[in-house]
Amino acid sequence: MIVLFFLIPLSILIAAGFLGAFLWAVRSGQFEDTQTPSMRMLLDEPNPQPHNNPKFQKDLKEP
Amino acid sequence: MAGCPGDAEVEAAFPGISPIRQPPALQPVSFEDQPCCHCGSLPWAGAVVSEGKVFCCQGCRTVFELLAENGLGDFYRLGKQPGVQIKTKTKVGDFKFLDDPTVRERLVDFADAATTRVTFRVPAVHCIACVWLLENLFRLKPGIGRCRVNFPRKEVSITFENSQLELSDVAALLASLGYPPELKLSDLAEQRRRPTPKRLWMQLGVAGFAFGNIMLLSISSYLGLDRFYGPGLERLFGYISLALALPVLLYSAADYWRGAWRSLRRRTLNIEMPIALGILALVIQSAREVFAGGGLGYLDSLSGLVFFLLCGKLFQQKTYDRLAFDLDYRSFFPLSVTRKNGAAEEQVALAQLRTGDRLLVRNGELIPADARLVGGPALIDYSFVTGESEPAARQPEDHLYAGGRQVGGAIELETVKPVSHSYLASLWDQEAFRKEKCPFFDTLTNRYSRLFTPLVIAIALISALVWSFVNPALSLKSFASVLIVACPCALALAAPFALGTAQRVLARRNVFLKNAAVLETLARVDAMVFDKTGTLTAGGGAGLDFEGAALSEQEERWVYSLTRHSTHPLAVRLGQAIAHRHVSEAVRSFIETPGCGMEGSVSGHQVWLGAAAWLEARGLNVPANESRTGSVVHLAIDGAYRGSYSLANALRPEMDKLAAGLADDFEIALLSGDTERERARFTALFGPKARLFFTQSPFQKLEFIRRLQQDGRTVMMVGDGLNDAGALQQSDVGAAVVEKISAFSPASDIILGGRMVARLAGILRYSRQCVRVVRASFLLSALYNIVGIAVAARGLMSPIVCAVLMPLSSVSVVVFASGAAAWLGRRLGQPEEPA
Repeated sequence: MIVLFFLIPLSILIAAGFLGAFLWAVRSGQFEDTQTPSMRMLLDEPNPQPHNNPKFQKDLKEP
Repeated sequence: MAGCPGDAEVEAAFPGISPIRQPPALQPVSFEDQPCCHCGSLPWAGAVVSEGKVFCCQGCRTVFELLAENGLGDFYRLGKQPGVQIKTKTKVGDFKFLDDPTVRERLVDFADAATTRVTFRVPAVHCIACVWLLENLFRLKPGIGRCRVNFPRKEVSITFENSQLELSDVAALLASLGYPPELKLSDLAEQRRRPTPKRLWMQLGVAGFAFGNIMLLSISSYLGLDRFYGPGLERLFGYISLALALPVLLYSAADYWRGAWRSLRRRTLNIEMPIALGILALVIQSAREVFAGGGLGYLDSLSGLVFFLLCGKLFQQKTYDRLAFDLDYRSFFPLSVTRKNGAAEEQVALAQLRTGDRLLVRNGELIPADARLVGGPALIDYSFVTGESEPAARQPEDHLYAGGRQVGGAIELETVKPVSHSYLASLWDQEAFRKEKCPFFDTLTNRYSRLFTPLVIAIALISALVWSFVNPALSLKSFASVLIVACPCALALAAPFALGTAQRVLARRNVFLKNAAVLETLARVDAMVFDKTGTLTAGGGAGLDFEGAALSEQEERWVYSLTRHSTHPLAVRLGQAIAHRHVSEAVRSFIETPGCGMEGSVSGHQVWLGAAAWLEARGLNVPANESRTGSVVHLAIDGAYRGSYSLANALRPEMDKLAAGLADDFEIALLSGDTERERARFTALFGPKARLFFTQSPFQKLEFIRRLQQDGRTVMMVGDGLNDAGALQQSDVGAAVVEKISAFSPASDIILGGRMVARLAGILRYSRQCVRVVRASFLLSALYNIVGIAVAARGLMSPIVCAVLMPLSSVSVVVFASGAAAWLGRRLGQPEEPA
C-alpha cells in the first residue's frame, strides 16, 4: 500500500488542475453572463468578429 | 406575421442574401391594420409605405433600409417585428457632451491611443434579434470593432477606433437604431460600481476544492484505516489536509478575519467575530493534532464551514444583483442640458452648469436647477415636488423650482442657483431627512449574535478552566470543542437564506426591497401612512362626468378630434375616456395655449376646451361650481359655453380589499397634497378610524411621521414621487409606488409595482411570517447547539460527532429557512410579468 503515498498527492494535483481551470474560467468572465452565449449559438453567423480589421485582432482577447 | 414580409420578400429586399430582386407586391395594402415591419406597432397615425412594406414612422423605415443596405436583413428573420420604435429623432448634438475628456474618462472601460472600449446600458434590448444586431454593429459603421451583449444585464460593450469615431458617434449610432444608451448622472459622479463577484466565486471555488479533498482524506481516518496501514498514512493525510486548508484560511476566509478585526477595533461584537473565533479555535486545535500526530483535527469541518458560509454570501449577492437601485435623486435629472451660447446651442453636462446660464428646456424635460423663466409661457408639472398631478402655468420672470418638468413647447430659462444648491438638493440634504440607519445592530442576526457570542465564549472559558483543574489534557480540547460545535454558522446562515429567498419571492412579484433588513423592519410595522396621488389613485382609466346640456354625438366627436391633437395629460385622458364612441375628424387651425387650453376648427365649428379663466378671458360666462371633484375642463362651441368635463382621479382596483385587510391591524393615515375635495370618498374607503389630512406640504408629511414615531410607532410610508422622498426617508419603511419598474425609482426602502399596492396586506403578513421562520431557524440551530455544547463542555465530543453535527446543522437550517420562505411565498399569488 506504499503506492498510496504516491497516488494520493498525485490525485490532489489532478484535482488542483481542475481548480485551476475553474479559477481561469471565473477570471476570464465566463460566469459574468450565462444567458447570452446560449442565444448567440443559435445565430447563423459563426462568430461576429471583425476579422477584416487587423487593428482589432489584438483586442479579441479580453485583458 | 400579418403585414411583415415573408422570407421571399425579405430575401428580395436584401441583395446581399439573394441576388434575385423581385418586384414589390402588387396587391393594394390597407395600412391601418398592418403592423410596422420594423417594430410591430400599429401605424395608426401616419403610415409610411416603401416598396410594399408598411412602417409606422420614418425612423423605423430608415433603420429598416439601413440594415437592408448593409446585409443585416437577417434581423427580421430572428423575431417577429423585432425592432424598437424610433420615438425621437437623434440629433448630432445630443451626445456631444460624452466627448468631454472628464466625462469620457469616467465612462470608458479601457482606452489607449488607437482603440477605446465602452460599456453602455441599453434597456431596449429585448430579444435574440437585438443581440444579433448589436453584435453586428461593425458591419454598419467602419471603425467599430468587437461588440458583445450581456443580455441579462442589458449591456453592450463596444470597441471602436479613436481615429474614426468619437464616443458620441457610438452613442448616437445606438440611439439611431432605437437602442439609446441609458446615461445617468450617477454614472459620472463616481466610479461606476461593477457588480462582479469574481472574487467571491474564486473564494468559493478554493473552499469547495479544499472541502471536498479534505473530506475524502478524513473519511479514511473516521473509518480507522490507520489501524491497517499504520500511522504513516494518517500523518501524510494530516499534512496534506493542513496544506489544503491553508488557502481556505488565508484567501477564502479573508473577509471574516477582516470583519473580526473591524469588530475588535470598534469594540463591538458582530457576526464575523464568533465565526472568526470558531475558525481560529479549529485551526489551532487541528494544527496541534496534526503536528502531534493525533489525527486530522477538524480541518474538514473548517473548510466545510467556510464553503457553506460563502455559498450563503453568494446567494445573497445574486439577490442583490437583480436590484439595480438608484439611491440618488440626481439619477432622475437629465444628464445633459441644452445651453444657449448666443445664437448657438450646445449640450453640456449637468456638472458644468453655472449660475446665469441660459438653458433650453423642451417638452418633457426636467428643470435641473432653480431658474428664472425667460422665454415663453411655461406649463410645469411639479408632481415630483408637490404631488399635484395638474401642471401649473408660469409666466416669464417667474421663478421655477428644480425638479419640475416642462409640458408643451420649449421654454428658455436662466439658472439662478447652481445644481447642488437647488430646492430639491436642499430638501434632500436636510439633517432631518437622514434616516437613523443602524442596520449593524438592528438586524436580527446581529441582535442574536450579541447575546450568543459572549455566552458561548463564557461557556468555553469556564469549561476550559474547570478541566484545567480536573484533567488538564482535556482543557484546550473542550475549549475548542465548545467554540466549534457552538459555532454560529447556522445562526449566520438562517437569516440570509430565509430573507434572501423572501426577497426573491417578492422581487418576482414586482416588490423590490433595498436589503434584507427592510423585511425585518417591515414585520414590525404597526402604522401605515399613504399618499394619495399616484399611490391610491392612478392616472388614466378615469371616470368621466359631463355637466351641462347634453352634447350631441356629433359635438362630442368634435371634442374627441380636438383632444387627439394634444399631449396635455387631461386632454389625453379625456380623449381616452370618450374614444370608444368616435372616430376622429380633421381639425384645422389647431392652437394649444400652454396653461390655458386649446382651440381648433372641426367641420367649420370653433371648439374651445380649457380652463375656466381662459374661457372667461374670451368673454364667456363660466358658472362657478365648487362641488365638482377631480380635474375640470370647460368646453365652448362656436363661442357659446356648453359645460364642463370632470375627470375623477380613479382609485386603483381592489383598494377596498386593501383597506379591509389593513384596518384591523394597523393605524392608517392618508396624507395628500391635494385639496379636501375627495375627503368623503376616502373616509368611506378607510373607515372612521383612519386619519385623513389634505393640502399637506412635504414638511408636514415628514412632521406627521415623526410624531407617529415619537409615539413609539413603526411607520410604513407608501408614496411616490420626489416630494414624498423626505417622508419616505423619515419613515421606518418607505415604499415608492411606480408604474414601470425600470422607469422610476426614488430613494426608498421598497419599490412597489403599481398593481401590488392592493396586495400590501399580504406582503406585510408575509414579512412577519418570514421573520418567524428566521426565529424558528434560530431555535432549531439553538437546539443543536445546546446538545452540542453540553456534550463538548464535558470533554466527550469525538471528532466524528463534531464533524457531522456542524455541516448537518447548517444544511438543515438552510433547507428549512429557504424552503419555508418559498412555500409561504406561494400564498402571495402568481408572479407578475416583468414590467
